[in-house]
Amino acid sequence: MERNIALIALFAALIAALGLIPQVTLAFGVPISAQSLGVMLCGTVLGARRGALAVLLFLLLVALGLPLLAGGRGGLGVFAGPTAGFLVGFPVAAFVTGWIVERWRGAPLALAAGVASVIGGVVVLYAFGITGMALVLGKTWGEAALLVAVFVPGDALKAAIAGMLTAALARARPGSVLSRG
Amino acid sequence: MICLTSPVETRAHRWPAGAKLAALCVATMVLFAARAPLFHAAAFLGMLALYAAPGRVFLRAGVGRLLVLWPFLAVIALWHGWTGTPEAGLVIALRLVTAVGLANLVTMTTRLDDMIAVLRRLAAPLRRFGISTRALELGVALVIRFTPALAHKGGLLAQSWRARSPRRVGWRIVLPFALLAIDDADHVAEAIRARGGI
Repeated sequence: MERNIALIALFAALIAALGLIPQVTLAFGVPISAQSLGVMLCGTVLGARRGALAVLLFLLLVALGLPLLAGGRGGLGVFAGPTAGFLVGFPVAAFVTGWIVERWRGAPLALAAGVASVIGGVVVLYAFGITGMALVLGKTWGEAALLVAVFVPGDALKAAIAGMLTAALARARPGSVLSRG
Repeated sequence: MICLTSPVETRAHRWPAGAKLAALCVATMVLFAARAPLFHAAAFLGMLALYAAPGRVFLRAGVGRLLVLWPFLAVIALWHGWTGTPEAGLVIALRLVTAVGLANLVTMTTRLDDMIAVLRRLAAPLRRFGISTRALELGVALVIRFTPALAHKGGLLAQSWRARSPRRVGWRIVLPFALLAIDDADHVAEAIRARGGI
């Protein structure tokens, strides 16, 4: 019980801290916000339920008025803006990612976590994000999808990274990857 | 830890947080239901007036927080200018800025402890069903305490990266960073258990 709460809280803090440290650059010099990587890791490491709870806790603190989103954004305004759909999709993305890693035990962890991150952290997350953007900006779903399509390759790369990181974490701290516990 | 509450003391700081949140819910729903351009223009001006009332410093801080919306406003302007529907574009743009502006206004005029008090009140009914809300309260406190601590450690990791490599900080740094979080969680869990648990 105590360990679950500590892990959920520390991973929520990890998502926040990943938004606070200077931007991380990918191999091609593309700066990324590591924050959505944090959401994927919540799912692949903590599993469906705990991962979603960690992301919910993070969002709760954003809503309470802490500037924890990348770029120091936060407060209630971000939930009324065009990217609100992505925030709503964060916990669902972590849940789906974790659920797949928990179920798909036959595959090596890196592969399972990578594929799960693509499905949860890209497909599911963008479904929510695009829907939110379509509603707020008054566009059709297809038009909103066009607006965010440029970010998909970067996030797919992040999903692959999440897979590798999860496998490396499992080697370093075997007891901590609860999705396979 | 830094909070988004405005240091400029306004009259709204003393209004009950729950009432402000309820009013924000109603206002947002009305904004998304209304269609008339005149209504949205009036709502936008009303929002600006609310920002201007406490003085220039508050107004500048508030408008600064709305400037992050400019890429979306540019997209709306281009889109509706191109498709020849400027009126629809204006309604969408005004609605977006007003909705975000009002929500930011509640955040700027409500202290963190007042927000947490509302949260505690909202979670109270759970206790009647035998669900402990202590875990939630402890979780909130832990995140507030550990975010700056982890960010500090992440900064140190980035520094040691730069001391050893000519290249920019890459994604590999997330691994030791996540390990730090996991190890901290183990220590915290042990400390909570040593103090009698939850």
